[in-house]
Amino acid sequence: MTIPAPFPGDPVVTPELAPELGLSDAEYARAEEALGRTPTFTEAGVIGVMWSEHCSYKSSRVHLARLPTTGPQVVQGPGENAGAVDIGDGFCAVFKMESHNHPSFIEPYQGAATGVGGILRDVFTMGARPGASLNSLRFGRPDHPKTPRLLKGVVAGIGGYGNCIGVPTVGGEVQFDPSYDGNILVNAFTVGIAESDGLFFGRADGVGNPVIYVGARTGRDGIHGATMASAEFGEETDSKLPTVQVGDPFMEKLLLECCLEIFATGCLEGIQDMGAAGLTSSSVEMAARAGNGIELHLDAVPRRTKRLTPYEMLLSESQERMLMVAKAGREQEVLDACAKWDLEAAVVGRVTDTRRFVCTATPGHDPLDPESAGPAPVVVADLPIDLLADDAPKYDRPQTEPAADAPAMESAPAASPEAEDLGAALLALVGSPNIGSRRWIWRQYDHVVRDGTLFGPEQADAAVIRVFCEREGEATREKALALSVDCNGRHVQLDPFHGAAMAVAECARNVACSGARPLGTTDCLNFGNPEVPETMWRFARAIDGLAAACSALDVPIVSGNVSLYNETDGRPILPTPTVAVVGVLDDPEDRVALAFRAAGDTIAHLGLPSAGALGGSEWLTQQEGRVSGPALAIDLDAEKALQACLHALAKAHVLTSAHDVSDGGLGACLAESCIAGGQGATVRVPAGPASLTARLFAEEPTRVVVSFSPERGDAVRAVAEAHGVPFEVLGQVGGSELVLDDAVRVSVDALAAHHAGALDDIVGDE
Amino acid sequence: MRIAVVQYPGSNADFDALHAARDVLGADAFYVFHKERELGDAEAVIVPGGFSYGDYLRPGAIAGFSPITPALKRFAERGGPVLGICNGFQILTELGLLPGALTRNAHLRFECRPVHVRVEARGVFTGGIPEGTVLRLPIAHADGRYQCDDATLATLQDRVAFRYCDAEGHPATAGAVDERGLPLNPNGSRDAIAGLYNEGRNVCGLMPHPERAAEAILGSADGLHLFTSLRDQIGRTA
Repeated sequence: MTIPAPFPGDPVVTPELAPELGLSDAEYARAEEALGRTPTFTEAGVIGVMWSEHCSYKSSRVHLARLPTTGPQVVQGPGENAGAVDIGDGFCAVFKMESHNHPSFIEPYQGAATGVGGILRDVFTMGARPGASLNSLRFGRPDHPKTPRLLKGVVAGIGGYGNCIGVPTVGGEVQFDPSYDGNILVNAFTVGIAESDGLFFGRADGVGNPVIYVGARTGRDGIHGATMASAEFGEETDSKLPTVQVGDPFMEKLLLECCLEIFATGCLEGIQDMGAAGLTSSSVEMAARAGNGIELHLDAVPRRTKRLTPYEMLLSESQERMLMVAKAGREQEVLDACAKWDLEAAVVGRVTDTRRFVCTATPGHDPLDPESAGPAPVVVADLPIDLLADDAPKYDRPQTEPAADAPAMESAPAASPEAEDLGAALLALVGSPNIGSRRWIWRQYDHVVRDGTLFGPEQADAAVIRVFCEREGEATREKALALSVDCNGRHVQLDPFHGAAMAVAECARNVACSGARPLGTTDCLNFGNPEVPETMWRFARAIDGLAAACSALDVPIVSGNVSLYNETDGRPILPTPTVAVVGVLDDPEDRVALAFRAAGDTIAHLGLPSAGALGGSEWLTQQEGRVSGPALAIDLDAEKALQACLHALAKAHVLTSAHDVSDGGLGACLAESCIAGGQGATVRVPAGPASLTARLFAEEPTRVVVSFSPERGDAVRAVAEAHGVPFEVLGQVGGSELVLDDAVRVSVDALAAHHAGALDDIVGDE
Repeated sequence: MRIAVVQYPGSNADFDALHAARDVLGADAFYVFHKERELGDAEAVIVPGGFSYGDYLRPGAIAGFSPITPALKRFAERGGPVLGICNGFQILTELGLLPGALTRNAHLRFECRPVHVRVEARGVFTGGIPEGTVLRLPIAHADGRYQCDDATLATLQDRVAFRYCDAEGHPATAGAVDERGLPLNPNGSRDAIAGLYNEGRNVCGLMPHPERAAEAILGSADGLHLFTSLRDQIGRTA
């Protein structure tokens, strides 16, 4: 072990520098004590990013341990670049979701674009070809002055990246709420396909093996991005611009194809993308997983900017870069593939047995400057791997249950209100930004590339894609996957346990409605400042809700990410534990759309009867101008039975449509099925103690509206009874109007026009 | 039938074209990487969609300098069937194999949705489709607005292979929208031109994606007509 010398020109490290490095005073002291000396500036930067919330999960690790992550279908659980579930015949679906909230608020196009780029890399790093992407977006109130620019920028960025690299963006969800005025959410999901025994991992195995840098050259962009993403915003976010990275989807396309070719050669030991905290986190995490050390020679790092310091090279978050560990003697195979795809590649280090992270660089040497010269390389960092990884700080932060009289927890008036003109209320709801069509958004995403989109946006409750499973020497198998992403932060705000459980349930229900068997979950836990005890309490309760629902519905969590400090000037976002569920269809022909297709079809309600509880609903929020209760609860046993029933109905090919009751309640659910199929419907709303308005707009979970041809009625009823799921005929498809009891009569054309124009006030006309 | 699919580094609908030609049509389809200088023994060539070399300068512009380009030009000039789809159409105009240019969509956004086009001019990819047939095909592009000067337009009228229209085949007149309120002409193309032929009727470019609508499971099999027309045409001349 060498004591590294300060690199010429670097600032002197003192405890006063800690905040700039993203470290608390106590954390800085802890680092000094562990090292037994003052770290160099380079080392302090490395410690700062590795101990950031983003990289270390220091506030969340103790809670994440409670999530269910195992099951017979799990091929790879959390801890790798992405998780994987078995989809049969030796193939697996590899998927993950990640946040890019802070960068997207600062620079919406690049922030969102690089979020997509990052999640794609996480998936293809595992050896999987990406098959489809989803996204979950949150913006402030529709009439906030920043909302149009942020929405347009984020959507253009997601499209700009995904469209170019050629991975279809097949679905997603968007919600507008004032809590996101100063802190939008951009959560990106990708799923890919790989052979289950052919996955690649982020491990630096094999002492002496070469470490190879592949992809874009390193610049100064994104330095300390991980630290930025681990702090809350003040008013001057513009000054954080240099921490945002810039994406190049064409470069990533080259990287994708090149990596897939390299995987096929069998010359790799391990691989990890350089995401947050770039070269530092990729090399440290790979060494940590393998129980090895790693040595980097920074002089060899490809760069596009002159006079980069070791600190800058180690902390840069320049995009589209990969770190590979090749089998000794086979590095040429990597270099050859890179030459074919015109990618930069360089051997930058080797795996050691020291369990230390050692970096060398030559002061004064700059490969971009032929005049530059320097003496021999010196050690600029020498740190124990464990200190940076497993022994990073871990906090069980204090929790306090929010006071019951906090405004958001207040109950609505006990008597459920009745809308004056229910038809007009339904039209307004269907045309509002949180319920209406998202077509202005998804028309900007290529959702059909790769010839696999069986259900794209707004066609079914989940997106359904066909994937081509290829293994050498065998005929290609076609399989179909269903994908859904969801979370309603209002219900989580009112009751974090049930709200989070409802997010999992809705996602899995969407997958079941489309005809698939849910297999696994990925999550993106977006919360405020964990140092605020009320936020931490909600976080912990939400984890318990996720855990309960994932266990009950047998959709273990296989990957995910935590994004804390989502607040501006002390105003936190709604707690938003976004989840995405992946399912597999036994046969692509089992798929079920959401549209009412045929006049004369019977419409029926499956699942729990509604009590008309409006708490947290879109309708009540619009009426009250704030989120108000009482909170909803979910019966996970009933939910499980309903989802099993839906899967059985899909397999029996007896349904024309299935659409779950969620945001906007039964009213919005029926309207959406009418609009999608261009069919009217005559429906008797199930009786109940609450007003008709409440029964139409309540968002209680575990409910689905299905349609089927009348001669299938007995079969549908029999399947429902066999699963113990309440079944009630509501009415009939047909005509040009949606008719509800004697109270509502609106034309489908009017519903469609309102629905289509839901975002016009934000983005302008088509 | 041997069909080459040219693979630029940023092609992303190369698989779609290969799948439609090989797995749906049943042809012997194969990739030709952009660094190659020969097309092998191809009887037809597809220049697929995507972002050829990133398209940061102008869609398709850099393809003119590609090693495979001379072979592609020779093949086209000798009368070989060439189908340029989306970015492939942009590339064919950049190479001068088709007249005019594709510029940024009128509304300046990427646009992905199904559209209707009417089959007009006869040629190697439309010979088997009755004139006036309406096809439902997806588009997915940011730069699909066909532009040319008046003199060029005058020479084109009998070479327009596909024109945007409504579901019944009525032409997409200025401002016309479909039942969902979306413009029939999705990008502001001159004369609603969605695709056209060269003078020899062997080179065809179009913005919509027939290879993404060649199977009923994808919502439309209309695009398969272009591939079967090609197969029948090659069968006749072989």
